[in-house]
Amino acid sequence: MASKFTVSNRTGWLMAGPAVLLIAGFVILPFFLAFYFSFTNQRLVSPNPTEWVGLANYRQLLGVTTLTLEPVRDEAGAIVMKDGAPEYPSIRTLTRNNPDRPDLAGMREWFSFSLGGDSRTYVLARDVVFMKAIVNTFIFVLVVAPVQAGLALGLALLINQRLKGINVFRAIYFMPVVVSIVVVSLLWRLIYDGQSGLLNNLLGAISFGLIPPVDWLGNPSTALGAIIAMSIWQAVGFHMVIWLSGLQTISPTLYEAAAIEGASKWQVFRYITWPGLRNTAVLILIVITMQAFGLFAQIDVMTNGGPLDSTQTIVFQAVERGYGKQDISGGSAISVILFVIVLSISLIQRWLTREKS
Amino acid sequence: MKMFTVAASAAILAWASAAEAQQTLTMWYHGAGNEVESKIINQIIADFNGSQSDWKVELQSFPQAAYNDSVVAGALAGNLPDILDVDGPVMPNWAWAGYMQPLKIDESKIADFLPGTKGIWNGQLYSIGLWDAAVALVTRQSYLDELGLRTPTLEQPWTKDEFMAALDAAKASGKFEYAFDPGMAWTGEWYPYAFSPFLQSFGGDIVDRSTYKTAEGALNGEAALAFGEWWQSLFKNGYAPATQDPADRDGGFAAGKYAFSWNGNWAALNTLKAFPDTVFLPAPDFGNGPKIGAASWQFGISASSKHPEGAAAFIEFALQDKYLAAFSDGIGLIPPTKTAAAMTEHYKPGGAMEVFFGLSAAQALVRPVTPGYVVQAKVFEKALADIASGADVAATLDAAVDEINADIEKNGGYGH
Repeated sequence: MASKFTVSNRTGWLMAGPAVLLIAGFVILPFFLAFYFSFTNQRLVSPNPTEWVGLANYRQLLGVTTLTLEPVRDEAGAIVMKDGAPEYPSIRTLTRNNPDRPDLAGMREWFSFSLGGDSRTYVLARDVVFMKAIVNTFIFVLVVAPVQAGLALGLALLINQRLKGINVFRAIYFMPVVVSIVVVSLLWRLIYDGQSGLLNNLLGAISFGLIPPVDWLGNPSTALGAIIAMSIWQAVGFHMVIWLSGLQTISPTLYEAAAIEGASKWQVFRYITWPGLRNTAVLILIVITMQAFGLFAQIDVMTNGGPLDSTQTIVFQAVERGYGKQDISGGSAISVILFVIVLSISLIQRWLTREKS
Repeated sequence: MKMFTVAASAAILAWASAAEAQQTLTMWYHGAGNEVESKIINQIIADFNGSQSDWKVELQSFPQAAYNDSVVAGALAGNLPDILDVDGPVMPNWAWAGYMQPLKIDESKIADFLPGTKGIWNGQLYSIGLWDAAVALVTRQSYLDELGLRTPTLEQPWTKDEFMAALDAAKASGKFEYAFDPGMAWTGEWYPYAFSPFLQSFGGDIVDRSTYKTAEGALNGEAALAFGEWWQSLFKNGYAPATQDPADRDGGFAAGKYAFSWNGNWAALNTLKAFPDTVFLPAPDFGNGPKIGAASWQFGISASSKHPEGAAAFIEFALQDKYLAAFSDGIGLIPPTKTAAAMTEHYKPGGAMEVFFGLSAAQALVRPVTPGYVVQAKVFEKALADIASGADVAATLDAAVDEINADIEKNGGYGH
């Protein structure tokens, strides 16, 4: 016996059919294929048969270990100093062709720290580039999510007024959103140019030449910041519109009542606007977080992950491995790791912002 | 009844063979968007189609940036054309993957071709180029005179010390933003193509060519470390810019920003227009002989082609001197034979770019001939960019070796 769901909804299924098929073919199927490939040695171009390799791809990506080293001492037992700091044995001699520690083969120094005393602890990773990509992506998300959401709210409050010509401002703020991110990235590469870029010229002009030109994208300490600033600028208009729609659902009577009660501007925002925007805020936070984890186009156009891996990101690494280096299995494993990260963060966000009854 | 069946089959056969009298050959080419290139290739196809009645070639052009992806996608979908063009160093990858079949053409026709134009993998010819490309150290005669530098020749190129002395002199003159422009703005294949010959001239290589099974010792041996230190010193000591605006790469030398520019023959015409006294110097010898890269785009036949003899006939047809000369005149490429060179405007004896022909013949070394090159090129590019930005030389090269070796192992030795 056919249920009501299948029979009386026949037209519904017909209408949904094309979309369901496309989503199944281009989203759901690749999703499961990525899981499968990440446990194999699947290549993009290869005559060799695909083999099941278990967790090898994950071990290669996520392998991390620590190594505590004592400083090099001279014959008298005194610590050898180099450039004002104690010298430690080079990691290279321990990780390469070292029969004592075959488990260290292929590992590289990620970072090191000292917990007091003479010894120094080195954190070695099997894939340092991927580790840096994870860290960079998290920095990007942690900066972009609050700053972009905050700026967008500020802009939305500014343009949520009945003024003449306010639509002009709305259009201007929204404009970067409708321009392709690739075009925006190309333009900003010119703006950030180390020698004659607009930003350097501007800084030079307002400081009367006191600020020397900075190679924004060529310097490891400024490259990620430059990309963060540009990304915030590019998408802030989109979230402004969402805030705006949230603002306009708040009943004007509440504001009128507040005016009669003599509430200050801050009190109006704190006790009427902000509670009224609760659901919008949850939405925006989740959307920005997800978009930020997908950071790719800006990197691909502007820096290719450089200089010195300061702008490597998870998605850029997935594409670089899967297509650039023809390693579909490695790229798939990265995608699965990203999926797990984003899923956990979304669940945490859902839990934190749940309706408390 | 039987009679009728026979007659019918005969009729069908006759009809089928009449329809098959002219077979269509499909062809993919990477030059979409380049008008001059399209015109020449269309001319060759029109001439070929008109010259016989067995085959009809149909061209489909792709933009260069999307070409390799299109071929890979086409191969995965089992939908490759009969004739395709392939970048020289990528050919072994496609041949190994079973995308291409050996190219059976009359060997006497390509006997005089520059070595870089012949795509040979596993002892068999898979692809042949209608042109080659070369790189030279570009400067002006007036700079050499002002700085008091000896003009290096093919027989007697600069040594490493002479080259560094030249950079020092250019830097000390204070006339240039940077003494040397290696072309850091051209990320991608330019890095292995243009910079791995420096490494090879030092005595290292991207991978050990005797086995193609490891990069250990080749990319992180003593010669490679010396190369890495030298490469880093170019940027650390201010001889060259580590990051470069693409506009400066294209117009910086003509604007007088650089004393020496490491650049290809395809950019030579514009440079000559800016400075008629431009000279193209051979690569310096860093101890293991002067080297430049070789091999450009080449033509081959897909493995799935049902008519390899027709595809080979077309490729053979395209190898005529007049077409080689047309490509050279049209887009400035180096013709593969002396006879074709004599017919061109720039490479004929006394022509402005004749020197490139000599460079290609004397110094050219193809990039590692292995299916793994595609990955090794990427690893090499990243290592060089990192070293230029100040990364530790030994650690970076070690990491590159590990990555290359892991990839070779993952691919079961790439069939070597």
